Order: sequence, then structure tokens, then C-alpha cells
Amino acid sequence: MNLPDLGPLWLTLKLATMTTIILLMIGTPIAWWLAHTKSRAKVVVEALTALPLVLPPTVLGFYLLVFLSPNSLLGSFWVSVTGSTLAFSFAGLVVASIFYSMPFMVQPLQSAFEAVGKKPLEAAASLRASPLDAFFSVASPMAFRGYLTAIVLSFAHTIGEFGVVLMVGGNISGKTKVISIAIYEQVETINYADAHVLSAILLAFSFVVLLFVFVMNRRFPVGVG
Amino acid sequence: MIPLQIETQISFGGFDLSVDETFSLAGITALFGPSGGGKSTLLRIIAGFENAARGRISFGENNWQNQDQASFVAPYRRGVGYVFQDARLFSNLSVRGNLEYADKRSGKLSSSITLDNVVAALDLSSLLQRQPGSLSGGEMQRVAIGRALLARPQLLLMDEPLAALDFKRKAKILPLIEKLPTMFDTPVIYVTHAIEEVMHLADGMIALADGRIIAHGPIDDMLARNEVQSIIGRFEAAALVNATISSHDKVFRLTELDCAGTRIKMPFANLKIGSKVRVRIRARDVALALKRPEGTSIQNILPGNIAEIIEEKDTAFAEIIVDIGGARIRARITRKSVAEMKLAVGTAVFALVKSISFDRRALA
Repeated sequence: MNLPDLGPLWLTLKLATMTTIILLMIGTPIAWWLAHTKSRAKVVVEALTALPLVLPPTVLGFYLLVFLSPNSLLGSFWVSVTGSTLAFSFAGLVVASIFYSMPFMVQPLQSAFEAVGKKPLEAAASLRASPLDAFFSVASPMAFRGYLTAIVLSFAHTIGEFGVVLMVGGNISGKTKVISIAIYEQVETINYADAHVLSAILLAFSFVVLLFVFVMNRRFPVGVG
Repeated sequence: MIPLQIETQISFGGFDLSVDETFSLAGITALFGPSGGGKSTLLRIIAGFENAARGRISFGENNWQNQDQASFVAPYRRGVGYVFQDARLFSNLSVRGNLEYADKRSGKLSSSITLDNVVAALDLSSLLQRQPGSLSGGEMQRVAIGRALLARPQLLLMDEPLAALDFKRKAKILPLIEKLPTMFDTPVIYVTHAIEEVMHLADGMIALADGRIIAHGPIDDMLARNEVQSIIGRFEAAALVNATISSHDKVFRLTELDCAGTRIKMPFANLKIGSKVRVRIRARDVALALKRPEGTSIQNILPGNIAEIIEEKDTAFAEIIVDIGGARIRARITRKSVAEMKLAVGTAVFALVKSISFDRRALA
């Protein structure tokens, strides 16, 4: 049996890695704020970050396409800085993936921060630790498993995306052709052998990831949206 | 004496706390009162944990907050140590890690406190490698106290640190807490609703009930005050009397004390003659007689004069304060006895003391 072109697999891993790293930086402050705020805006932000869970990917993809187009604010800014468009590019895929996988980063982190609670932070403050110091020295280590769950789920969810990628990225080999698109293409062209191999890789990977998350959750329960 | 000025109010869920006082802090000040009276809330306001509390708080030279939002000093900048009821050790660090956490962040401050002498004072050396989760309740609180000290606080707040411990564990930790202010030169505010802890530890007292300060001042004055007695509960009402060990009776195993010129006897206590002690005489252990009784088993029959009579209208009892050569003790007797004996302020009586217990054994 010949291996199919593994380019889409590497592209997918690259996309998932970048998305997860950026989401970690964006999602952490959002989750922290959600876990500690008493503001009425909390429910609105919670609903917004959870939207990708219920919206059809095509709807999300459509709005992102509009949002990323060279005629939009972000799109035209991107063109003026980089000289290329965001839509139908790898960078555009990363932006889309960030929105698409946001709940998988924010919700486990929010639960973990809520589980840590205010008490250790007060203890840290009474020991002269500034809030930022307390976040890194106390809250983050205590929320370690929450981070692990969030990272693994965001990574896995980004790997599995299809509809949004199709809308925003198209199917450009080496740039936007990720594994799910590649499988779709193989099936369309009745190349079931390659579709089988790629599908099996994705299936095995997803199962291992979820197994890992559930094992972690048994040891330290963290609610996952 | 360091002044702690608090002028604040806060209300939530039908409870309101309103304080406008300046307290003089030295040694251990007990913040005492019934549960739900606002003790912990007041402590949290001092630490800066209650954002909703407006008002003025200053400690010595330090202004921690004024009426305006901008002057609010964040908790971590107040230099206030806090021992929580539930220890709150960091579960991701070992006992040593917890202690070092505080030590590292306050290491530059000049202080007599070092990791080694805190470990020695609280007997923590055998616990250093352990994880917080494996400690008993008493061990956790000892570590928490050590950790709070290593933050080199200018004021140490303790919120019922022994509430979750059984009697034996309490008895082991109380003497450690007692010596903290002198060893480490840090004033302590100690929240408790247990009067035994107040009597054992405190130099001063703040009485708080229903969100209001009832009274505050040195411990001996406070325990003699009626408004304080009413929150202690009549049954536990007691007088604290300063005395000096004057002699020992080896045959009957008794110790004699001199209390403002009056001799009182107690079961033998292994203390040097001349040692200063504080004894506690509960009001319910004191009876009164108009003549010196004869043929009685009671050893301590103290002559004195009635200084005050407080009748409890809704009960059968009255409390009589008897002046015994300057020291004041309390007797709890029935109102019927007061009427039958025709007791009045100034009446000469003999106080029959059934039992006396040592309070803090001040070191000679």
C-alpha cells in the first residue's frame, strides 16, 4: 500500500500548533476574567465564546470570510502590512481557527480557575505576592490539569475542523489544504484507499486525545463544554 | 502600642457592619464576639480583601485607604499577614515550598524573622519535606502560621486558626501562638468566639457583636465590664486576678498566692515563689456569706465589700462584684439571696471561692 501525500497532515499539525499557542495567550485572560468577574457582561461574553459550539461552521466561515476580505478593516490592514490577503491564506486559516476553537480553550480554563477560586489568591496576597505574581506562582500551577485539557482539546478540535476551513481557506495545496479537506477530496475523486489511510490516522489520533482528556478528568475533574 | 484606625461600613445580605474606632495594638488583641457578628469581615476589611468596604483605615504611619477609591492600598502592599481558618496552604508546593514562598517575597525587609527561627519556634523541621495534603489539621495551621510570619508582616491577623482543631491539638498550639508577638515583634489580632482562648492569649480585647464594636481595651478592664460579660455569657462570666506565688505547702500539696494582700490557696503548682500569675475565678464558683462560715470545706474565704450589684431581671440570678483589697471578683448568686441577705453596695461580705484555675503563667 502506498502512503498518500502527507503534506496536508503536516500543514494541519502546523495550523493546530499555532492556533493553540495563540489561543493560550488570548484565552487565558478571557477565562480568568470570566472566572472572577461579577460584571453583568459576563453572560454575554460566555455566550459569545460558546457560539462556535452551536453555529453551523458554514455560518461562522461565511462571516469570517467577510471579516477577512481585503475590503474589511482587518483584511485591508493585513494587505497593507503583508501584501497578501488573509482570505484563502494560511494566516487566514489561523485567524479562523482561533475563533472556531475558542470555547475549547476558554471553557476548561474557566472551570479550572473557578475551581482554584479566590482563596489561594488571598493567601498569596497576604504573603506579599502581586496579582500577576500570584497568577503565575499559585493559580496557574493549581490549574495545571485545566491547561492540559484546554490545550489538548483546542489542538484536537482545530485538527478536526472542516466547514470553516473550506469556507475561508479553500483547497490550496501546501497553503490551506488540511487533512479533513484532503480526505474530502480523495472521496470526491473516488480514491478510497488514501481516504482510508488519512481517516484512520485522524480517527486514531482523536481517540487517543479524548482518552487522555478523560483520564486526566478522572484524576482532576474539570468541566469541559 | 500601634494605633489602628478604622472607620468603615459594609453591608451584604441583611447584615451590616459599621466601625469607627481607633484601637491600640500591642501583643495579642483578641477580636471576640458571637459567631456571625462580623469578626471575620472586619479582619478581611483590615487586610483589604473586601472591595466593597469604603472608609478610612490606617495602621501607625500607613494609610491603607481613605474615602476615595484611588487611595486604596492593594492587599499585597499592606504588609498584613493572615492566618486563615482553613490554612490555605498551596497544594502545589511542599511545606518548605510554602514557607519559602513567603520568605522569598519579603526577604529584603529588615526583620528578626528568619526561616530557621520560625521553623524552630513552631517545631516544623520534621514537616518540611511533606506535602500539605498529608498534614493533620494542627500541623497545617502551624505551617500556615509560620508562613504568615515569614512574610514579615507589620501586623498579623489570625482568623479562628484553631476552630477546626480538637481540644488536645489546641492545647499544643496555644502556647506557640502566645509567644509570637514577643518573639517576632509583631502585633497580632486574633479572632475567636472561645473565651478560653481570649483568657489564655490576649493582652487586649475588641468585643464585636451584631456588626458593632461593644467595647475595646486592655484584657483585665474588658473582662470586668458588663457589656462584655453579656456577650461572654453569664454562665462563663469570670474575673481575672493578678497574683504572686507566695509559698508552697508540701504536706497538703497546696500553693499559696498573694492577691492584692489577700491570701488564696490553690492545688500545688510547680512555680517559683515570687512568680507572677493570673488566676481565673468563675462567677458561678463564688458564693457569698455575711459572716465568716465555720466548719466548711471551702479553703478560700475572702473578706471584701460589694462594689456593684447587677440583677438579671429575666433570670433568677444576679451578679455581685466584690472588691477584695483592690482586686475585683464576681459572684453569681440568686436574686432571692440578694433580697434575703439584704445585700447592697458597700455591704461587707465573705466570698467563698470553690475553685480557682490558673490562667496564663507569666514567666518569672
